[in-house]
Amino acid sequence: MVTVNLWSSLSRFTGGETAVEVEADTVAGVLDGLKAAYPGLAPILDTGVSVVIDGEMATGRHASVAGATEVFLMQRMKGG
Amino acid sequence: MAKDELGETLHLVGTRPLRPDGLDKVTGRARYGADVSMPGMLWGAVVRSPHAHARIVKIDASKAEALPGVKAVVTRADFPEGLTGENWNLQENTMAGERALYDGHAVAAVAATSALRAQEAARLIEVEYEVLPHVIDVDDAIRPDAPVIREGAADATVPEGSPPNVARYIEFGHGDTEAGFAAADLVRERSYKTEATHQGYIEPHACLGQLGADGKGEMWVCTQGQWYIRQMCSSVLGLEAAQLRVTPSEIGGGFGGKTTIFMEPLSLALSRKAGGRPVKIVMTRSEVLRATGPTASASMDVKIGMTKDGMITAAHAEFRMQGGAFPGAPVDMALYCAFAPYKLPAAQHIGYDVLANRPKCAAYRAPGSPMGAFAVESLIDEMCRELGLDALEVRLKNAVKEGDRASYGPTFGSIGLVETLEAAKSHPNLAAPLGPNQGRGIASGFWFNHSGETSVSLAISEDGTVQVSVGTPDIGGSRASIALMTAETVGIPYEDVRVNVVETGALGVNEPTHGSRATFASGKAAVVAARQAIAEMCRRAAAEWGIDPEAVEWANGAAQPAGPNAGKFPPMGIEEIAAKMGSTGGPISGHHESVPEGAGASFGCHVVDVEVDPETGRTTVLRYLVVQDAGRAIHPSYVEGQFQGGAAQGIGWALNEAYIYGEDGRLQNAVFLDYRVPVASDLPMIDTQIVEVPNPGHPFGVRGVGETGITPPLPAIANAIEAAAGVRMRSLPMSPPKVLAAIRAAREG
Repeated sequence: MVTVNLWSSLSRFTGGETAVEVEADTVAGVLDGLKAAYPGLAPILDTGVSVVIDGEMATGRHASVAGATEVFLMQRMKGG
Repeated sequence: MAKDELGETLHLVGTRPLRPDGLDKVTGRARYGADVSMPGMLWGAVVRSPHAHARIVKIDASKAEALPGVKAVVTRADFPEGLTGENWNLQENTMAGERALYDGHAVAAVAATSALRAQEAARLIEVEYEVLPHVIDVDDAIRPDAPVIREGAADATVPEGSPPNVARYIEFGHGDTEAGFAAADLVRERSYKTEATHQGYIEPHACLGQLGADGKGEMWVCTQGQWYIRQMCSSVLGLEAAQLRVTPSEIGGGFGGKTTIFMEPLSLALSRKAGGRPVKIVMTRSEVLRATGPTASASMDVKIGMTKDGMITAAHAEFRMQGGAFPGAPVDMALYCAFAPYKLPAAQHIGYDVLANRPKCAAYRAPGSPMGAFAVESLIDEMCRELGLDALEVRLKNAVKEGDRASYGPTFGSIGLVETLEAAKSHPNLAAPLGPNQGRGIASGFWFNHSGETSVSLAISEDGTVQVSVGTPDIGGSRASIALMTAETVGIPYEDVRVNVVETGALGVNEPTHGSRATFASGKAAVVAARQAIAEMCRRAAAEWGIDPEAVEWANGAAQPAGPNAGKFPPMGIEEIAAKMGSTGGPISGHHESVPEGAGASFGCHVVDVEVDPETGRTTVLRYLVVQDAGRAIHPSYVEGQFQGGAAQGIGWALNEAYIYGEDGRLQNAVFLDYRVPVASDLPMIDTQIVEVPNPGHPFGVRGVGETGITPPLPAIANAIEAAAGVRMRSLPMSPPKVLAAIRAAREG
């Protein structure tokens, strides 16, 4: 299991929780697991989010979360 | 990564060779977007709404179509239907559908045999409007009774019952802010506003598009990202992406504003309707200001608790930002960056992305971060004054370090904020004496830096020189920095490497040059590609010598036996290997594609001295210092240029720049005479100090440097103005009339 930290306004879709556990080894597993457990998150996750694993921005859906001590969901990063 | 692990063996990285595009640019040979022409080319012109918000009742193009030389007219009816999400937003912004949503919104376009004829035809297109109520200011737009820009624009993040123009909502934080405020000796809450400003690039948008009835097309365009242009144009027009070949021109500035489409699909739509003749569109400056992406405007409330010795105990921010008639104001990024320099026991952030009748905002250098910094860094300074504390020492006392939790959640890796603040503290500018009406301001700034999809190819030429193909247009010196890193890796002179920015047919998908990523991402990929080519050259040498490839190593641009047991052979240089490659196995190249990991964040600290004329309210920037962590400066002159450019743009944002709308919602200052960006005579020579805390995610330690530099100037100047004139400016721009009014109000008590 991996604990995923959400931004707090998403707690509307998770029964008030801002940190939820999902069974996943990869970023894809995290996102799919979140959508399965909390369908209200699906349109937000499908629009695009960034996943930060132990302080590093994940570079793709296949990035591993196995053994991660910290996983954060953030809005999709952009730049100028 | 310790700096001494990098520095000892570098010969080229960190030097300042001549820029590869210098001669072309000073002789006028460089080809910008408007410089490309084709046989049989037509010229396009765009009809734009004169209203901030209006229903389009009827478009009659019959008079224009009857004009000799007019070859095509397009309206929204010529675009495919059924798009959703951001693709719909892009299409709607490219060409209005049922309603014009801002002054300058395109409603029709025409192509003719000359630019003058196209403009004449555009004037003959008759558009009947039903003018609707409009809203411009973000605080007006978020009111429950504001004119509704678009029903159903709110996404799933917006709670039910929110005002109708709220398109996105975000809330995040950590810790117990109420307990934090209770533990503070001083709690202050203030409100701040920043105006929308334009990226102000010198080169207006320009493109030449050609599209046949078979769906195959080409485009030459001034852009930061040719693959983005390809994908967006394809989506908006219903094309297959691979059938559209997009070639980027030299670029006269972008700063984020050229990462999206505006009139590019119109040239393709016109071309298709004109039988495939190429159509060129070059925007006027007025069109650029009315219809291309400025940044968002912001209204922000910030609350901070601080102990009397300067420790921050809690922070709270609520930001409201409008990014025009479409979702996309960078309120999330603004909040992420706002408190990033500080280690906070508790913080809460709330953000609203609000629609208004203004052009669709585009990215602008560290999108959102300057606004957040203006609010937070101003309030920190105000509280330091009230508590009698040194603003730089307070920043050091609360500075985040590696291993600290960021205000936006995750734990920081290697960062250089403390080193940056220490460098600023010991800089001689801080000891420079100040005279009457003069004051000094300090502020910090932050940007994440970005990685992104990246594809690079490298090929050895027959004479041993090297060409590198990258997909990231050079807007800040990336050709020079990538050439330096490649030459350093291969062990050849800088002059032996040519870096080409190539078209979409030549590489896999590349994200634009945005997010301060080109030197980091394309540079990292080029190093990997160079190592592949080196490995192949070692194999070729091994085959010549009849030894195992593992017994060959590469040094100083040559293959050589790895040790005495490998045999005695003289080094085989790259020229010799390249000259024989046709008969030793064919071309030698390297290629790498990835989303590189490890884009290291960059912090900066700016120190500015100003003089405020108490009679006119005019602020003169006397002295300006940028200190920023570059990780490793590959070409220090370009790094310094990025620092100076960010500061110059921030000074303009702070002191003068603003979109001025009339009561009718029309933009009143759509020329550079009235929209005043800083010119050279407005600015002192901007001092720079490069801090190098190497990024472990890059082979040479690079951190992107393009964006952080625009973040601190807004608050640094506000802080300096208070030091000079005793007035606190919480609304931008801090123009002479506003500063003078504040001075007079203060005098009158």
